Amino acid sequence: MTLVTNIEEQKIWQILEMVNDPEVPVLSVLDLGIVRSVKVNDDKIDITITPTYSGCPAMDMIRFDIRLKLLEYGYKNITITSVLSPAWTTNWMTVVGKEKLKAYGIAPPNPTQIVCDTKLFAESEAIQCPLCNSYHTKLISQFGSTPCKALYQCGECREPFDYFKCH
Amino acid sequence: MQNAGFINNKENEEDKHASLNPPSAGRVAFLLHLADTNLILAQRNAEWCGHGPILEQDIAITNISLDLLGQARNFYQYAADLFNQSTDLPGTIATEDSLAYLRTEREFKNLLLVELPNGDWAQTMLRQFFFSVYQYGLYNQLINSSDLQLAAIAGKSIKEVAYHLKWSSEWVVRLGDGTDESHERMLKAIENLWPYTGEFFIPEDYETSLLNKITMASLKGAWLLKVSDIFEAATLPVPGNTYMQTGGKTGNHTEHLGFILAEMQYLQRTYPNSIW
Repeated sequence: MTLVTNIEEQKIWQILEMVNDPEVPVLSVLDLGIVRSVKVNDDKIDITITPTYSGCPAMDMIRFDIRLKLLEYGYKNITITSVLSPAWTTNWMTVVGKEKLKAYGIAPPNPTQIVCDTKLFAESEAIQCPLCNSYHTKLISQFGSTPCKALYQCGECREPFDYFKCH
Repeated sequence: MQNAGFINNKENEEDKHASLNPPSAGRVAFLLHLADTNLILAQRNAEWCGHGPILEQDIAITNISLDLLGQARNFYQYAADLFNQSTDLPGTIATEDSLAYLRTEREFKNLLLVELPNGDWAQTMLRQFFFSVYQYGLYNQLINSSDLQLAAIAGKSIKEVAYHLKWSSEWVVRLGDGTDESHERMLKAIENLWPYTGEFFIPEDYETSLLNKITMASLKGAWLLKVSDIFEAATLPVPGNTYMQTGGKTGNHTEHLGFILAEMQYLQRTYPNSIW
């Protein structure tokens, strides 16, 4: 019985891999680390997700997309619950996710403990340019095009780029 | 709580928070105070959208606005859950939308500071700084609350506030220790805003049900210490004791709040039952 349930849950996880973040479409919701649990009881599916940021406007969309994708595969009895604790951290992002981000032109987050410095005007740990791989980069603004990103510029190739900031 | 104007007959969303504590009017009032303060400051900061001094800072202040709005939603959703559990009027349901958009000035419990007009960039930066120092300390206490949902919202939010605090502190230093004109503008901003900072630490009954008076007093000390540190770096004077304005927490507001609500609530009141 337990084995059967696990196989069912495994199927759900595989389907969730196909649901992408609407704002960073190269990342699946699993790459982002926002799916916290999947439970299957007979035909009833319970999925728990957590937001990246409190005001992330993509959350409603993500919830909708998860439901839609599961419906597509014939699952109907779906409950999606949002939880806030423990709070999401960039450490939950998968290694594959970080690679996909870089290939997409967004610098992936450095490990939290190195870079989250609250001291004023503190120089952040070097962020690698996702385009030319130089570490000769500088922070333009801690706040970028979405809540989860900061704005950087590369001193070598001169290109501005987004950095998925540590959180 | 009484049957106020903000209850809807609308079905609730799927997001029900588990493990609720025994409902109480004080707890709901406290959550509304937190939610209203976040919502009104979010609305004020959003007025800068398209008007910031440079594009990157325009984006920064609106990012902060979005964070505050998200935090407000979490508080409103939780308040609505508690309200719906405690109401003895079957069929009447509060939602995050009815709480944000169908309450009147006298029902709003936000701090007076956040409803004041933006003024110039210096005044907006100083207000954000005063507020972020306060909010960081407050959330740091609420993380340990026995109310697990409140603790969860605080734990989620404090990571965002850490960025707001750093950013606004840097602006206070940059402007205070900047040019003659930026320094002058900061002095003016301090004069305008300082009398609205005392309200943070004068507790209402609904606050002391979740934060004891000793905690409030220690928050005040820590706040003043942090502000003094940053002001020193910014070559700005810390004002002495002065008369402090109060009333926001109990619904006695400045003349500015009505105009904000008129603009913010227009859509929901004109097209009832719109959702976020």
